[in-house]
Amino acid sequence: MWMGVVMNFLSYLIKGISLGSVYSIIALGYTMVYGIAKMLNFAHGDVIMIGGYIMYIAMSAMGFNPLIAVLIAMVFCTLLGVTIERIAYKPLRSASSLAVLITAIGVSYLLQNLALLIFGADTKSFKSVITLPALKLAGGDLSISGETLITIPLCIIIMIGLQLYVKKSKTGRGMIAVSEDKEAAVLMGVNVNKTIAITFAIGSALAAIASALMFSAYPSLSSTSGAMPGIKAFVAAVFGGIGSIPGAMIGGILLGVIEILSRAYISSQLADAIVFMILIIVLLVKPTGILGKQVQEKV
Amino acid sequence: MVINMKANSLKNIKNYAKSKFITVGFIILFYIIGQIMISTGSMSNLMKGLLVPLCYYSIMAVSLNLTVGILGELSLGHAGFMCIGAFSSAFFSKTTIDSIPNTALRFTLAILIGAISAALFGALIGVVVLRLRGDYLAIVTLAFGEIIKNVMNVLYIGKDSRGFHFSTEDSISLGLEEGGTIILGGPRGITGTPRNANFTIAVVLLILTYIIVTNLITSRSGRAIMAIRDNRIAAESVGIHITKYKLLAFAISAGLAGVAGTLYSHNISTLVATQKNFGYNMSIMILVFVVLGGMGNITGSIIAAVILTLLPEYLRFMENYRMLIYAIVLIVMMIFNWNPKCIAWRKKYSIKGFINAQLKKDKKEA
Repeated sequence: MWMGVVMNFLSYLIKGISLGSVYSIIALGYTMVYGIAKMLNFAHGDVIMIGGYIMYIAMSAMGFNPLIAVLIAMVFCTLLGVTIERIAYKPLRSASSLAVLITAIGVSYLLQNLALLIFGADTKSFKSVITLPALKLAGGDLSISGETLITIPLCIIIMIGLQLYVKKSKTGRGMIAVSEDKEAAVLMGVNVNKTIAITFAIGSALAAIASALMFSAYPSLSSTSGAMPGIKAFVAAVFGGIGSIPGAMIGGILLGVIEILSRAYISSQLADAIVFMILIIVLLVKPTGILGKQVQEKV
Repeated sequence: MVINMKANSLKNIKNYAKSKFITVGFIILFYIIGQIMISTGSMSNLMKGLLVPLCYYSIMAVSLNLTVGILGELSLGHAGFMCIGAFSSAFFSKTTIDSIPNTALRFTLAILIGAISAALFGALIGVVVLRLRGDYLAIVTLAFGEIIKNVMNVLYIGKDSRGFHFSTEDSISLGLEEGGTIILGGPRGITGTPRNANFTIAVVLLILTYIIVTNLITSRSGRAIMAIRDNRIAAESVGIHITKYKLLAFAISAGLAGVAGTLYSHNISTLVATQKNFGYNMSIMILVFVVLGGMGNITGSIIAAVILTLLPEYLRFMENYRMLIYAIVLIVMMIFNWNPKCIAWRKKYSIKGFINAQLKKDKKEA
């Protein structure tokens, strides 16, 4: 009997880590854009939704192989992200952050309604891109789905890869420079426009990967499918300390675990409320998030 | 020098007072036109149904403008306060429907309860939230809005001769005896609220809201609040009590949203907290009203709320494309308003600029 309870808990825990990994990958896009371009890209969640639709079309209407579909989605989302940045965010780079936030909200609405117009309001069923069978442990009591088996290691690889890129490569260090002091970075020869464009590109490419993983595990796709995960991922980024890449990973995984455990053990409807409550409590105790940096406000 | 400054500020206040009277005058004028159209039967049913919503959306926009435009803090959970006002006032109305038969008295009390409960929550949330910086504050207010909506969806309250019963699971666990009524039924919300809101009351509340907010702005507290918005560190160093004024603005803003919620809940027969009416979709819609009307411009919020509520209804023939056009217009307007190059372009080609240029040319030739 006890084994059953423990197995249940473990299976929820693993599901939570898996969902959390997806949130981490999405949160990376938010945290990098916030750290470097100093703006909240509200439309990030909807880029994920568009990625999902692109993969859906590539697989069902054009019959592409799942991995090729993911690659197509990555290319498309990257282009989409960079275009949005150039058209909607770059003209407002010197405006107040409220103005950019509202423009981002406008872009989010635009993407949602474009998807609604092009693909219709009915919920599509996504065919999983992962063909790995589930792993059965402990004599069949604990079953880890194929999606989870791929998601968690992939998340760790992406996180390590991104940290290395940002710390070692020239462009990556340029990103850190722009996030610390934009004017000084310009003086040091960093091309700010190119850096911000690359930031958006990386974030959007990662969004496509997250989209593949998420819709494989939770296969219902509609024009509003990206909004809630987007908000939760942003909460995760804030949770872990916005602007920090390891923070995004910690925040995402914690958020996923809390959400799944709340959904299982407390109440399905209150799960979202509990997640948000924990965020508020964390921000009260540590206003810059778990791994966030304390920035002293200067006059 | 002091006398000159006094005269100047007096003139500014006189100008502002004039514009206040003009706005209130216009609201009354539209009210009279509306009543005439209703009594002569020339108003469509669609428009009739929109009269009260126009008022409560305007009140929401004005109250959010107080937080966003005057206090300068971005609140993405404003719909949560509307939710609290709506549910608390509907609960009160439904519970006292027999004990207070006088409709006017009961509705006035309901409005007060809606406003005060929302203001209390505003103060409570403000204490938690207002110490955070801009973008964090946005996400936390969003979180609170969602929490409030979720909690309203799982709460069950029933009443019988033994008193009130609460539950968060289902209506059966309330343990009501025979003859007991379920007042708040979780996801099914509150049904049977008396529909006391009508156009007259709504317009009166709108005018009251407008007067309250504009009076606050021109008062000493209002100047303190705007000082906090413009430069918090400077305001603090001049001796302005930051927390007190932030809480004041936030609580008043929340209370007015509660009034709008009361109008909302007494205008429909079933009150349910869904994503669409009390979720972040609604908060963002009101934020769009505020931004397009001009942050800090109270009259602008009312105009924007009215136009942006009427426009989708009259553009129904473009049903599929209207939200798309809405989004594009929003983006274009934001860029047009805030991009430095566009601002310079506007100054160059505005009528004022044109006249100034002409005067300069004449001076040169003379």
